[in-house]
Order: sequence, then structure tokens, then C-alpha cells
Amino acid sequence: MTATLPAPDRPGADAPAPLAPQARLWPSLAAVYRSQLSRARVARIPLLFVATFQSIGIMILMRGVVDSGPGDEARAVVAGSSVLVVAFVALNLLAQYFGRLRAEGGLDFYATLPVPGAAVALGTAAAYASFTVPGVVVTAVTGCLMYGLPLSGLWLLVAVVPLAGAALAGLGAAVGLLAPRAELATLCGQLGMSAALLLGVLPASRMPEPITWLRDLLPSTYGVEALAQVLGPGADWGSVTANLAVCAAAGALALALATWAYRRAAGR
Amino acid sequence: MARGGEGAAYPGRVSPFPAQTGVNMVEAGCPPDDGAAGSVTALAVRGLTKTYPGRRARGRSRDQPAVRASDGIALDVHRGEIFGLLGPNGAGKTTLVRQLTGLLRPDEGSVSLLGHDLVRYPRRAPRLLAYLGQDATAIDELTVSLAAETAGRLRGLEAADARRAAHETLDELGLGELAARPLKRLSGGERRLAAVGATLTGERPVLVLDEPTSGMDPVARRAVWSAIDRRRAERGATVVLVTHNVIEAETVLDRVAVLDGGRVIACDTPGGLKSLVGDEVRLDLVWREQPPAADPALARLREDARISGRRWTLRLTPERARAVVTTVTAGPAFGALDDFTLATPSLEDVYLALGGRGEGLVKA
Ligand SMILES: Nc1ncnc2c1ncn2[C@@H]1O[C@H](COP(=O)(O)OP(=O)(O)OP(=O)(O)O)[C@@H](O)[C@H]1O
Ligand SMILES: [Mg+2]
Repeated sequence: MTATLPAPDRPGADAPAPLAPQARLWPSLAAVYRSQLSRARVARIPLLFVATFQSIGIMILMRGVVDSGPGDEARAVVAGSSVLVVAFVALNLLAQYFGRLRAEGGLDFYATLPVPGAAVALGTAAAYASFTVPGVVVTAVTGCLMYGLPLSGLWLLVAVVPLAGAALAGLGAAVGLLAPRAELATLCGQLGMSAALLLGVLPASRMPEPITWLRDLLPSTYGVEALAQVLGPGADWGSVTANLAVCAAAGALALALATWAYRRAAGR
Repeated sequence: MARGGEGAAYPGRVSPFPAQTGVNMVEAGCPPDDGAAGSVTALAVRGLTKTYPGRRARGRSRDQPAVRASDGIALDVHRGEIFGLLGPNGAGKTTLVRQLTGLLRPDEGSVSLLGHDLVRYPRRAPRLLAYLGQDATAIDELTVSLAAETAGRLRGLEAADARRAAHETLDELGLGELAARPLKRLSGGERRLAAVGATLTGERPVLVLDEPTSGMDPVARRAVWSAIDRRRAERGATVVLVTHNVIEAETVLDRVAVLDGGRVIACDTPGGLKSLVGDEVRLDLVWREQPPAADPALARLREDARISGRRWTLRLTPERARAVVTTVTAGPAFGALDDFTLATPSLEDVYLALGGRGEGLVKA
């Protein structure tokens, strides 16, 4: 159809125009992180409350059937409920956010900026992981007080939140970016959170065998295990380290997946 | 020399009546106009074709047919030019600019921007141009200043430079007072202006703007126009902008391509396009009440007029228009007349004549 047209002008019979530099990874990651973090003030705060109330509510319910004191079950409930906040925000809300952004063409903003895909995916995931911090702390402290557990173990949240956050936010981002429709992203995010709730909060000792396999597949499980260990006396530090290592590996994998998913969604 | 206009293959202007030009339409291109000799092409588009696939019906919904949203588009935009895309809803303007920015892959055809093949290397586009999408959702929850600053940083500016650039752009657009407000909590026009601010932060030699001034009041619109014009005058920026606003088109554009049904149906300077509708003038008569029916001169006018409500629109030769005005204002009809305007052809007339949904040109 274009055969009768003259060949395209080579606008540079002279050389092509110089390209502006690509934005560098860390500065642009920091810029994305900062801008995402600022959104919390505008949009996220009510949902962060919901996440915390949900976890505290579950601990109140479970208090009826689980004894106070540093037993397996009490520790599992408190650790599970704390990590559930991470699942709610990082997995569920991030999946919804990316799902909606993609559906509404919001990714065009980033796709027309010379920013590495990893900066967008990781910066956003990091921001969502950060959103979870206040809720996790409030939930964990409340839980320890309710179930008579020592607060001294809670320092481990410094490792658990970022590692579980990376794993769950990475998954959330990947789900949101890969789901063909925004509603599916929301659905998957909700399902992921339900899984974290059911498989993380209920003590593993009471689960039937096939369900425990499923539990082992969920990255948040390892964060829960590690946290549960240190809420009681005589923590097995070898097991804590191993669980955190699994969490870290899952996090790295999930973030790589999220980056790939972003590139795929923002490409054409 | 980098111009595409030589040779007979290019109809520089196309008849305002698309139906009559047949096959030629597909090849209607938009080479640099002849007055621009010596200019350098910034953007060359050839044979650009894009079809959105149809969708099979599911449940009770109907089959959606495939839509050919770009149908063999050819364009040349030269450096430092403010080039407009005008056309009715669904003409394919957004589809076209999304292909120019590397967001959408064309089915066929080539896009060459400042010597770079963007069909093959779409990731170069963000390093050459800044793009304002028809609706911006990613920055809606940021404050105006953070949105601009983030855009600057993601265009590769250092933190301090990005802050300064954002500040300057927002001042330039008169957004200083709104800087601390989230976009979400602004009015539609203010939000659009803030999105323009984010697009203009961090320099780029090419700006691609999809309806930059939609929803803006005249003050905001002027601020955008002068910001765009400054970038062209001071830095030689090339601008491609989509518009529905004929005043915008007449005031700021060097050349305009009129799109309809995925094709360029005309392309020229605003003045050149206006000459397409001839030297006829438009006379609008607005009646306060029913015009006196008995007046035979009015009866004749009524036959020629396009009537919408109390407004009669007539296209007349200048001589005839003068005569009609004399008749109407001197005769008994004057008492029933609320207002009248006599205007030379505007791009609106061109728009209606060319792309205007079969409105056609009213020949008086
Ligand atoms: N994602 C899509 N899938 C299918 N069809 C589409 C899609 N986007 C646009 N279209 C169709 O392609 C045609 C051109 O759309 P486009 O958005 O380019 O129009 P436009 O000129 O920008 O219109 P407007 O002035 O309303 O913004 C329309 O018929 C539209 O329905
Ligand atoms: Mg459009």
C-alpha cells in the first residue's frame, strides 16, 4: 500500500539524534518508592487499618480456643496474624493496584519514561512492604500481650517484615501484572490472602497432610515459622535462620518474577 | 535534504470530500509543506496500519468486529514544528500517537523519530520524547509537585535538578498554589494541567501530547500553549499534539493533519485547510422569537440555512452575506433577531466539512 510513496526520508542522512540517558536503577527505584509511599497518605490509610483490625479480630476469636502462654498454638496464632497483615497489604492490595493500573492504561506513564523495569516493580513492592510495618507491629504487640508471650522476640520483625514483604509483594505485583483482567487480579490477591490466613494462622499440627504441603508452598509460612520460634523460650536459631533463608530465596524469586511481569505488561 | 514532498505521488491537499477521492485516500500523506524548504524531518511515518482484533461474542453480548484504527497513515513532521492531529472521536488519533511513542506495535509501517526506528526499537522512544496520555492514572494519588518531580527523576535528572525543574515547570503553568495538593483532589482542568506539568518536567526534544488542554479554561489553555511554544522557540522542540479544539488548532499549530476513520484525509497549514472550504463566509442568525414568516426574503434564507434551535447557519459568498445582513437588519425581521455573527471560515468549518460525521459542507 505504501509502494507508491517515496522511501521514508532518512531524517538523519546526518546521524540519528543522541538519546537521553536511561534513568539509573537505584535513583529511579528510590523515586518510585518515594512516590508510592506518599500515596499511603492519600489512599491507603483506611485499608491499612482494615488489615490490622482483621488480624486483631482473628486473634480475639482464636483466644477462645487457644490457651494463653508460650504454647505452640498461641505462638502460631500471634505470628500468623502478624504476617497476615503483610499478606493483606503486600499481596492483596498490591495485586489490586497493579491490576487496576494495567487495566486503566496507567502503566503508560512508566512505559514512556526511560526507567528500568526493576525500578518500578521493586520500588512499588518495597513501598507496599513498608506500608505493612505499622500494622504488623501493632498486631504483634497486641498479640503478645493477649496471649502472654514475651515481647523480647519481636525484634525479629526487622528481618521477617522485609523478607516476607519481599516475597508477598513480589507475588502480589506479579499477579496484578499478569492477570488478564483487573477483576482476576483482585480475585487472586484475595485468594492469596485467604490462603495466608487459613494456612498461616491455624496451627500446623492440626492440619491434614495434603494441606500442609500447600502450606509449605506459601512463602509467608516461613516468616510465620521463624517469628513463632522466637516468641517462645529456647528458640531454635538454626531453624529460625533456615526459615528466613527460605523466605529470602522466595523473596528474590518473587521479585524477579515481578520485574519480568512488569516488563511484559509495560512492553507491547 | 530531508523532505518527502517532491513528486506527484503525494497529494499535498486532498479534496474535502473523501468519498469522491476513492483509492487515493489510503495514500494521503502529510509531507512538509512547500514553504518549509530546508527544514529537517523529525518524524517520518509511512504506511502505518493497526487493527484492533475483534472479539467473539460471549453470552449475550454481540460480536465485536475488528477495528482498523490506523489505515496506512503517512506523515512528515519537521523539527521545531507544532503539528496537530485533528479529528472526530474514534478517528484514531490516540491509536496513532501510541504507536509514535512505542506503546503500541503497528501491524505494518514505519516510524522514524530523529533518525531512530521506533518500530524496531520502541524503548528508545522514552529517551527521545515526553508523552502525555489522554488520561493519566499512575500519578493521580501524588501531589502535583511530587508528580512532576518523580517524572523528572524518572527522566534521568538528579534529585536536586528534578526538584528545580518541577518547580520551574509548575510556576510556568501557574500551578504553584496547587503544588501540595494530590491530583485526585483537583478539578478536572487543574488535574490535566498538573499532568502537563509532569510531562514537561525534564527536557525532551520531542513532545507528544494527547489532548493536552481538554477540560481547561482559557487561562490554563494559554499557559499550556505558551509553555509549549517556549520549548519550541528556545530549544527547538518538536511537538505533536492531538486536539479537538479548533481555536487551539488555529492559534498554535503550524500544520494540521485531519484524521478520520484511521486515515489522514487532509493535511496542511490551518490557513491552507481553510482555503479548502473556499472563500465563503459563515453567517449565524440567532432569533429571539419566531422570525416573521411572511417575509419572502427570510423564507428563501430558511431553505438554505442549517437550522438548530433558534440558530440559522448559512454559508454564503461575501457579497451575498453582506446583502443578507442588510436585508435582515433593515427589515422587519430585525425586531425578532437576538444576535448575528458574520465570520470568515474557521477550522471548525474545515473540521465539519472533512471529518464531521457526514455533516458535510453546507453549500449556500
Ligand atoms: N483497545 C482497543 N480495542 C479495540 N478497539 C479500540 C481500542 N482502542 C481504540 N479502539 C477503537 O479504535 C478506534 C480509534 O480509537 P482512538 O482511541 O484512536 O480514537 P481517537 O481519535 O483518539 O478518539 P477520541 O477523540 O475520542 O480520543 C475507535 O473506533 C475505537 O473504538
Ligand atoms: Mg483519543
